[in-house]
Amino acid sequence: MPGPENTGVIHDIGYQRYEGPRLGRAYASRSLFVHSLRCAFGLGRSAWAKVLPIGLFSIACMAALVLVVINTQLPVQVIDYVGIASTFTYGTTVFVAVVAPELVSTDLRGNLLSLYLSRPLSRADYALAKMSALAAAVFVVLATPMVILFLGQAFSTDDGIAGVFSEAGGMLKGFVVAAIHAVVLAALALPFASLTGRRVFATGMIIAVTLLTTPVSGALLSFSTGDAAYLAGLINPSNLLNGIDRWLFAGGTFDVGPYGPVYGLVAAAVVAIGTGCTIWRYRKVKA
Amino acid sequence: MAVRPCPYALSVVLIETNALEKRYDNKVTALADLTVAIEPGIVGLVGVNGAGKSTLIKLALGLLEPTGGSIRVLGLDPLADGEAVRGRVGYMPEHDCLPPDLIAAEFVTHMARVSGLPAAMARERASETLRHVGLYEERYRRIGGYSTGMKQRVKLAQALVHDPELLLLDEPTNGLDPEGRRAMLDLVHRIGTDFGISVVVCSHLLGEIERICTSLVAIDAGRLLRSATLSAMTQHSGLLVVEIDEDPAPLLDALTAAGLEVRRNNRALMVRLGEHADETYDLIRDAVADLDLSLHRLERQRHQVADLFRDAPTGEASYAGT
Repeated sequence: MPGPENTGVIHDIGYQRYEGPRLGRAYASRSLFVHSLRCAFGLGRSAWAKVLPIGLFSIACMAALVLVVINTQLPVQVIDYVGIASTFTYGTTVFVAVVAPELVSTDLRGNLLSLYLSRPLSRADYALAKMSALAAAVFVVLATPMVILFLGQAFSTDDGIAGVFSEAGGMLKGFVVAAIHAVVLAALALPFASLTGRRVFATGMIIAVTLLTTPVSGALLSFSTGDAAYLAGLINPSNLLNGIDRWLFAGGTFDVGPYGPVYGLVAAAVVAIGTGCTIWRYRKVKA
Repeated sequence: MAVRPCPYALSVVLIETNALEKRYDNKVTALADLTVAIEPGIVGLVGVNGAGKSTLIKLALGLLEPTGGSIRVLGLDPLADGEAVRGRVGYMPEHDCLPPDLIAAEFVTHMARVSGLPAAMARERASETLRHVGLYEERYRRIGGYSTGMKQRVKLAQALVHDPELLLLDEPTNGLDPEGRRAMLDLVHRIGTDFGISVVVCSHLLGEIERICTSLVAIDAGRLLRSATLSAMTQHSGLLVVEIDEDPAPLLDALTAAGLEVRRNNRALMVRLGEHADETYDLIRDAVADLDLSLHRLERQRHQVADLFRDAPTGEASYAGT
């Protein structure tokens, strides 16, 4: 470093070269993932950015508390862990519609991509880190109420340790369903959000896709019979997820008949196409 | 300020292009047949807006793919070894690129981590770097509340935070007032000299960056106009400039009579230095004293950097501005 060592000046120690480790792409992706997950809940941002995500998260937690009380007071269990995921589907849809634009549209609008892409990250790394962060945020919103429910149920169980294990098993099922919901919703919302730098448009597009198909799907479910009724859930994301809940763990809000695997396949296709579209989109975006 | 003999880590060529060409999809040719070797130091990349400066920078970062020719950065191919190149290079874009609702210190820390620095080091270096760019006191404020000058400093800090070997600055003085421009250029000069980091700084204002650069690369319409070190560009010529307040005609006659080679250039006289420079100075002094004139200026003429572009085919007027 420039200058002799004992100049007596302590307020300017000069520029220090960095000799430490440089951790490369995987670490860079992880850093972006953690930062985005924090951003999803408005952490490190202004108070306004926290209102909606933290608000929705709090409502989910409070609902879980109420359910604990109801479940423990009534002789029959009104809701189980998978039921939480199924019931909260519309809530999580709104959450995704708010958070996905926060994660990607703000970066597009602010030209932040030129800073990210001039670092070791690749374009696909960026897209996948953002998608994982969105999915993880949804998982947190779904899984935390399940943990609350578990704590309530485990402490009030009459079957001793066996009851606790039974509840833990139920919670694990809930986690599996929560993970599926999270990944499907993230893969559905992120390609739309990545199209525009305007958050309002991005939220609008996601709401349109997820909520406007609801009445169509709902009408078909109600007014048709047989195969048509079983398959009507496929055209709406929320019902698609409910169908999977029914197929895997007999949860969900309607019957899918023998078509459970179809729901599984469609969901897998949504994830694959959504991820592909997002990666493709970021291959084209200007740095 | 201690001047070290060779402040730059390696004397490899920073950026080397060979017949580099970039055409965009809409048939616009941004760079055509550009062959240049950029050596370590503070390198000014000058050219009018649209000359291809930003395109060259993006090709160097591997953000764009060349349509012809080749480019190597720090001895590496930015497309094949993009990760390695981008890990060792810092980039400050021309346009606004900051998230308004983040705190500057958190943002720069985050950018350091995305460059691969471990969390604790990232935090420490973010603070240090913000101090170096003069934002230490304000580092816990939200970027949205910053002035344009402060935002430019944050942009510089995020490019510098991971201690790159090469810093690419695209129009760092954009949008700044004259005082802000001077401060930014002084900072860039400090980075290039005290910090020992090679800098390529783009500008369309030659007069502004020639002050801080060790060499200049001028491009125009995607082609290389001239590339040289600044000392070669501005070495002394063999001419003395003599300016007096009065009409120079009598002095011209007197000096010619004294056997000097004199030429009139508006109000000034250009006197060729003889083999014995001191004698020439003495002759001029005596002539001025004898004629009782008031001497306004007497100095050796330097080549102006702008002269370099005077014989260029196009665009020369554009470089003269300051």
